[in-house]
Amino acid sequence: MTIMGSDLTRQTAAVLAEAIRTGEASAAEVTQAHLDRISSVDERVHAFLHVDTEAALESARSVDTKRSSGEVLGPLAGVPLALKDVLTMRGVPTTCGSRMLENWRPPYDSSVVERLRAADIVILGKTNMDEFAMGSSTEHSAYGPSHNPWDLERIPGGSGGGSAAALAAFEAPLAIGTDTGGSIRQPAAVTGTVGVKPTYGGVPRYGLVALASSLDQAGPCARTVMDTALLHSIIAGYDPRDSTSINAPVPDVVAAAAKADVRGMRIGIVTELNGEGYQAGVAQRFRESLAILEHLGAEIIEVGCPSFEYALGAYYLILPSEASSNLARFDGMRYGLRVGDDGSHSVEQVMSLTREAGFGAEVKRRIMLGTYALSSGYYDAYYGSAQKVRTLIMRDFASAFESVDVLVSPTAPTTAFKIGEKIDDPLAMYLNDIATIPVNLAGNAAMSLPVGLAPEDGLPVGFQIMAPPMADDRLYLVGAALESALYDQWGHLLIEEAPAL
Amino acid sequence: MSTAMPETIPYDEALNLFEPVFGLEVHVEMGTNSKMFCSCPTAFGGEPNTQVCPVCLGLPGSMPVVNRTAVESTIRIGLALNCTIAEWCRFARKNYFYPDMPKDYQISQYDEPLCSNGYLDVTVATVEGPKVVRVEIERVHMEEDTGKLTHAGGATGRIHGADYSLVDYNRAGIPLIEIVTKPVAGAGHLVADVAKAYVAELRDLMRALGVSDVRMEEGSLRCDVNLSLNKPGSPMGTRSETKNVNSLRSVERAVRSEVERQSALLTAGGRVVQETRHFHEDIGRSTSGRSKEQAEDYRYFPEPDLVPIAPSPAWIDELRSTLPELPSAKRSRLEAEWGITPFELATVVNAGALDLVEETIEAGVESAAARKWWTGELLRTANDQGIELADLPVTPAHIARVEALVADGSLNDKLARQVFEGVIAGEGDVDEVITSRGLAVVSDDAALLAAIDEALVAQPDVAEKIRSGKVQAAGAIVGAVMKSTRGQADAAKVRALLLDRLGVTEA
Repeated sequence: MTIMGSDLTRQTAAVLAEAIRTGEASAAEVTQAHLDRISSVDERVHAFLHVDTEAALESARSVDTKRSSGEVLGPLAGVPLALKDVLTMRGVPTTCGSRMLENWRPPYDSSVVERLRAADIVILGKTNMDEFAMGSSTEHSAYGPSHNPWDLERIPGGSGGGSAAALAAFEAPLAIGTDTGGSIRQPAAVTGTVGVKPTYGGVPRYGLVALASSLDQAGPCARTVMDTALLHSIIAGYDPRDSTSINAPVPDVVAAAAKADVRGMRIGIVTELNGEGYQAGVAQRFRESLAILEHLGAEIIEVGCPSFEYALGAYYLILPSEASSNLARFDGMRYGLRVGDDGSHSVEQVMSLTREAGFGAEVKRRIMLGTYALSSGYYDAYYGSAQKVRTLIMRDFASAFESVDVLVSPTAPTTAFKIGEKIDDPLAMYLNDIATIPVNLAGNAAMSLPVGLAPEDGLPVGFQIMAPPMADDRLYLVGAALESALYDQWGHLLIEEAPAL
Repeated sequence: MSTAMPETIPYDEALNLFEPVFGLEVHVEMGTNSKMFCSCPTAFGGEPNTQVCPVCLGLPGSMPVVNRTAVESTIRIGLALNCTIAEWCRFARKNYFYPDMPKDYQISQYDEPLCSNGYLDVTVATVEGPKVVRVEIERVHMEEDTGKLTHAGGATGRIHGADYSLVDYNRAGIPLIEIVTKPVAGAGHLVADVAKAYVAELRDLMRALGVSDVRMEEGSLRCDVNLSLNKPGSPMGTRSETKNVNSLRSVERAVRSEVERQSALLTAGGRVVQETRHFHEDIGRSTSGRSKEQAEDYRYFPEPDLVPIAPSPAWIDELRSTLPELPSAKRSRLEAEWGITPFELATVVNAGALDLVEETIEAGVESAAARKWWTGELLRTANDQGIELADLPVTPAHIARVEALVADGSLNDKLARQVFEGVIAGEGDVDEVITSRGLAVVSDDAALLAAIDEALVAQPDVAEKIRSGKVQAAGAIVGAVMKSTRGQADAAKVRALLLDRLGVTEA
């Protein structure tokens, strides 16, 4: 293998890591190549909110120093990464896409960042997102939307559109996203990249600025299934600082990605998410992928999950309820924005003015929904009922997984829509997540990977794989097998077909 | 107003007209080394905002982790209060905006407390003798404390009208136990005494369990007093909730003042408003706070950042086995062991002398003498100095020594008091004070010589033997002197005086 003379930004993370380990390329060169790429394209893509050039180069150089002093480097040492701006990183701006935290620099590292640092991964900067992760397009970022590298007029998905766009624009080979209702998987689907929402509790949430605590999960994003697995294995595992993190061995996702074998596996199509009513090209690529999996030796079975019908409704009660409480702390008293502190306003007025000015419309909408749903007298009807639906959805999954090993569906009902197309129609925006939400409600693991372009618009289509809790390795078995078959068919990764920027 | 209604009706008169129902919510700071949900220290008195971290400051992204010791303390309190310990329970978020709340919600427990349905028996003194009243416990749960606000400028010391306010988050996240009673009816004229006795009993229980040292002056025990009045035979009246009741005396005064206020209102045909009232220690009364009729909606919901607590039966049994002798059991035992009445014991307890008396008895002093010293002379001195008995420099060992000297006749009661005076004045231990003040009984040489002369006259043959050099015969004279002074003389000293008197030297 030789990558000298080739464009370092077009390589996979696994290849870059190997080149750094063998000395074929230095981590500093690799990082510089990506910083250069960011300089040349990010004005148009707007994947990043903050690029930490000096810190990135410094950590790259320290990897090179370690190597030259004979230290054994980790599997992704020296490889650059784009970090969603919802995870704290000591001294680096963490805005969550909100004016509220415009100048906030956290005094501590999140668990995920600690693990990335320990693995010698080079963090390039922080990526754009819908404000406090509320949205499916990045149009709700207070700092303007990110653009889909496949078509700059279109959305890169959300909330983690910045991370997905950075991958698709070859600004970084690795990224971290967070997924509350699809914020890793839907951006992966519409940008032709890979994203995994691990089992709830699989990756510690300490330092992840909470949207909905019982749904939020950080996860790995990359352009290949193997790169995603390598990153997954670095960030996953128990942390006592997160009481909801699972104290059990992490499934061997890297071995599963290497095995890439579906022979004898039972793969379930969810009747309620079978592609019906989806964009024609999305449904078509989904059916073709099923045929490939069957050809590879899997058995395709259809299973019903009748409670999925209520998932969206339950989600839009639970999420706003938790969010209304989680976002209460943004009151201008201790950090972040403060408005009206001129001696003429009471403390309540300063809180109110700060929240009025600091939050965008979508955030306010959900805070109000959640405040209402938790109100005395409404709690049982709204939050209480939603929790019951959640239990029913878990039971649907549990009974489905008695007869199949994984479930599959299209990740999103459509390919990337145009910026501005759905911004005034919250319900249409919410419907984007119809296939991804049930997994968050149940706490399962799920992956989205690219399975082709929709013939009608030439935009990427995502394929979702869902596994039982703590069976994240099955995602990689199936995902890698499908990716490999498609690679053989096309002779390259789908992302290679993205237009030059 | 032309005809002024009385604002209050005297306590006993009011309770002739109405039946009181009270309930108490007591918050106690637990004595854990670290906070409820992080590892920050809980020590009192640190520089503001030095005992904080991302978790207790509620910084974005931070997450709580439950303090295991706090859960154990809560279960032990629940067991001591005869509660049912939940097999499974959760924390809940209580949502409201206030600058002393780092997250603008408090992690507490709501409909799933760790302990519920217990009771505590308290004893109050009445003219007919001690009376035991059972106070039923609704629930015991844990929660986190808020930060401490200090309002500068303005007239009222409240947030409204203040020039600015300072917040110290050192207190934020300190573990609190909340103990809530069921409504207590039927106490009649004893209502204020029962309320006070309940809080005192709780305080003693916390101390005995070692879960809190309950320093009321540092605000580590705070009460909310709920009280309503109704006409005999009528349903329970509307209650008020008086907050900021932070001493035993204030509990009693808060109940009394509320009985007096509500009875006047009701007698005048008015109605009691369901409201929060603030108690003012300085004036001993409360003033109206916010009305519960526009009560805040706390939007409780299960805390999603924490997993449920499900204590195993084995763990609960293990904790049960660590329970010390509880104050009420200890009192029963001591009544029997010391052979005293509950009233006599209550005198000891009220003096704060229980442990001191017990240690003094263990040091070999008779029960009556031990009690006499601690609840008499020493208590008066402590009260005069405005300090606790335990803070006097007198120890059980001092009392044992004095009693021994009294028993062997070296001291009498009057002299013993002077000995303690000296010990309290810092003149040294018992023997040092006796020496420096010359307090020994029959220390008078002239008196001893007179007794010696008497004995010599009575036994002239013995006197002659000694004079002739048979020094060993001196014993008979010494014995006679000891007898005539009823043992209150030092035999060696008598012998020396005798030989000197006769001009004889030891062989």
